[in-house]
Amino acid sequence: MVSELNIKDASNPPLGDRGKKRMHPHKFTLWVAIGSIVMMFAGLTSAFIVKSNQSTWIPVAVPKIFWASTAAILLSSLTIQLALRSFKQRFMQQYRMLVGLTLILGIAFVLMQWLGFQQLWNDQGITFKGGGAGQFLYVIFGLHALHVAGGVIALVVMFVKAFIGRSKNYSSVPVEVAATYWHFVDLLWLYLLVFFMLIG
Amino acid sequence: MSAAMHVHPEVATTHEVHHDEHHVHHHNETFISKYIFSMDHKTIGKQFLITGIVWAIIGGLFSVLFRLQLGYPDQSFPILETFFGKWAKGGQIQPEFYYALVTIHGTVLVFFVLTAGLSGTFANLLIPLQIGARDMASPFLNMLSYWFFFLASVIMFSSLFITTGPASGGWTVYPPLSALGQASDGSKLGMDLWLISMALFIVSSLLGGLNYISTILNMRTKGMSMTRMPLTMWAMFFTAVLGVLSFPVLLSGAILLLFDRNLGTSFFLSDIVVNGEILPNEGGSAILFQHLFWFLGHPEVYIILLPAMGMVSEILSVNSRKPIFGYMAMLGSLFAICILAFLVWAHHMFVTGLNPFLGSIFVLLTLLIAVPSAIKVFNWLTTLWRGNIRFTVGTLFAIGFVSLFISGGLTGIFLGNSTIDIHLHDTMFVVAHFHIVMGVASMFGMFAGVYHWFPKMFGRYLNNTLGYIHFWVTLIGAYLIFWPMHYQGLAGMPRRYLDKSSWVSFSQFGDLDKMITVVSIIVFAVQLMFVFNFFYSIFKGRKVTTQNPWGANTLEWTTPIRPGHGNWDGEIPEVHRWPYDYAKDGRDFIPQTEPVGEHESKH
Repeated sequence: MVSELNIKDASNPPLGDRGKKRMHPHKFTLWVAIGSIVMMFAGLTSAFIVKSNQSTWIPVAVPKIFWASTAAILLSSLTIQLALRSFKQRFMQQYRMLVGLTLILGIAFVLMQWLGFQQLWNDQGITFKGGGAGQFLYVIFGLHALHVAGGVIALVVMFVKAFIGRSKNYSSVPVEVAATYWHFVDLLWLYLLVFFMLIG
Repeated sequence: MSAAMHVHPEVATTHEVHHDEHHVHHHNETFISKYIFSMDHKTIGKQFLITGIVWAIIGGLFSVLFRLQLGYPDQSFPILETFFGKWAKGGQIQPEFYYALVTIHGTVLVFFVLTAGLSGTFANLLIPLQIGARDMASPFLNMLSYWFFFLASVIMFSSLFITTGPASGGWTVYPPLSALGQASDGSKLGMDLWLISMALFIVSSLLGGLNYISTILNMRTKGMSMTRMPLTMWAMFFTAVLGVLSFPVLLSGAILLLFDRNLGTSFFLSDIVVNGEILPNEGGSAILFQHLFWFLGHPEVYIILLPAMGMVSEILSVNSRKPIFGYMAMLGSLFAICILAFLVWAHHMFVTGLNPFLGSIFVLLTLLIAVPSAIKVFNWLTTLWRGNIRFTVGTLFAIGFVSLFISGGLTGIFLGNSTIDIHLHDTMFVVAHFHIVMGVASMFGMFAGVYHWFPKMFGRYLNNTLGYIHFWVTLIGAYLIFWPMHYQGLAGMPRRYLDKSSWVSFSQFGDLDKMITVVSIIVFAVQLMFVFNFFYSIFKGRKVTTQNPWGANTLEWTTPIRPGHGNWDGEIPEVHRWPYDYAKDGRDFIPQTEPVGEHESKH
């Protein structure tokens, strides 16, 4: 009886021998990783709150271009969700196009963040000198952009694989993992933006 | 996606007749894929262990060097100049060298030995074996975890050889000292290398921790419910949770510190004058760094301690041939410790001008940890109570752990009270407390684990006689070294001073310091003997001839003596019971794989 169960479950890549249907380990790992990343930004934003109570604090105004980057990342969340849907429905042509679109939007987001930093640095004159919210903005938004850039690299891999990849079993898990991560950096961005608008 | 391992149950079943050398793994393995860039959790565990041993020798040697300074501050040792040149001019340890030694000793022992070397080794080795999985959830991330650690090690090691020396602002690297290159030699390049090395180390622990958590929650074999897991697994699980949630906060502190050091920001710096030069930094807060640091730093001590607790529970139960006393209470205590670990960090900061009301809350939460700790101690003692104890070397180290945990834990109650802490803060009392309760106790847990699972790792036993010598000298030595430090600390002797001979109130302890130094040299020598035993026994030790040499119930002893990649030749065994059915219904032990009998009593 044991062997029957095992053989049935052996088709499941994670080698779990339990009968119940459970979350794929890679997806689960992603959720734990998200918890970990949240802790890092919680550390940074709470450091921000602690310091913002000091008398020498200089607030910062979020440049307008960050609204454009917000639009880009929101839109990319939509495209990657559609990409996941078309992957599940096996519309490969549509999937490739949507992943490509997400990729472009992701790169556009990172570039716009960079432009925003330049505006702050050159036009508003907020540099690393002195104290205040500006320094935090560079570090926090910069780290967030790094996380988006990491997602962009993953998207490049997926994009290339969509053209040349020949895998034996058709699994939507990698796409689901990428999509979840992408939604996460999107939400994280909204949190950071609201945070800086309210407290910065 | 790791495609490294495919299991073919239909093939494997035919192997039963001629197993042992026949591995489930059918890929062609080269030396490099088997021993270097291995994705086998067992090999990765051994890599962590051996790297940890190398670091322990370095960290231990450093402590011998600064103990020489503390015991014999006015004496000259020409041999030191031969080896260390300008760092030990005239055979005397120079102040910069002394501070570099203590800093790297702390960093290496806390992070590289007792985090990577302890949970890196045993989480990797034991998790798949004890929950019944072929490997980790992601063997590839697991391999990356080791190689990030290796890279962090290389960078930290290289920082020992640069002209200005390694980081020397203490393992806690408080700014402003650590943030300003002009403040000390160790705050120059050495500090940047320290931060980069630690950032890589954090990545390594996070990758490891992610894997441990998702493996334990997702990959347990059939029948292995959470409460049928050995306590080692619960301990590893909570350790990983602590690491995954606290290390990122240290990372954010380290990033801000890197900005302050190299890009002129003022996160932690304000109103500073160094060597007559007024710095432009404004509005920063050095205390902020301490908050970020200790938000990791305190969970970190439980990251070090919990794996030792888990292994000790398992080893004590196996070797007293009795079920662990109070399994659910043990589990609840681990959980309580895990939660409280996040709520007590400010007890490291009672003298920073912390609001006394806030301080009193942290006192309360800190003292609360005594409750789960005491529960665990009583459960270990009652597990031993009237047991049929086999005094293997592993058992002795496990009992030694309990002894040290009690002694060191009790002094924690002193330090956790903010009023007493004002007197004891930054004295040798603190040094004594954390070395016994966290340092030596966890080393004992680690030794217990090494002696107990060495047969599983290498298919051979460690030499017993050397093991008993190792245990007794280390236990007596540890108490001789750290016990007197309590008295020194109560008398107000500060830590971190490299020469106290000009103070009459401290120089009265001169002979005591000499004694401590001599004992630490002996204890260090005995550790080298253990290292010899370890490497000698890998190749020449007595061979293991039975699958289950300790008569244990857990799944790792159902694998072949030298398991291949994939652990079980045939199918993964199914689990029918908890792992602590010892001395039950007249039987010495009942493995977890045995179905519950019809007339069997409930445990």
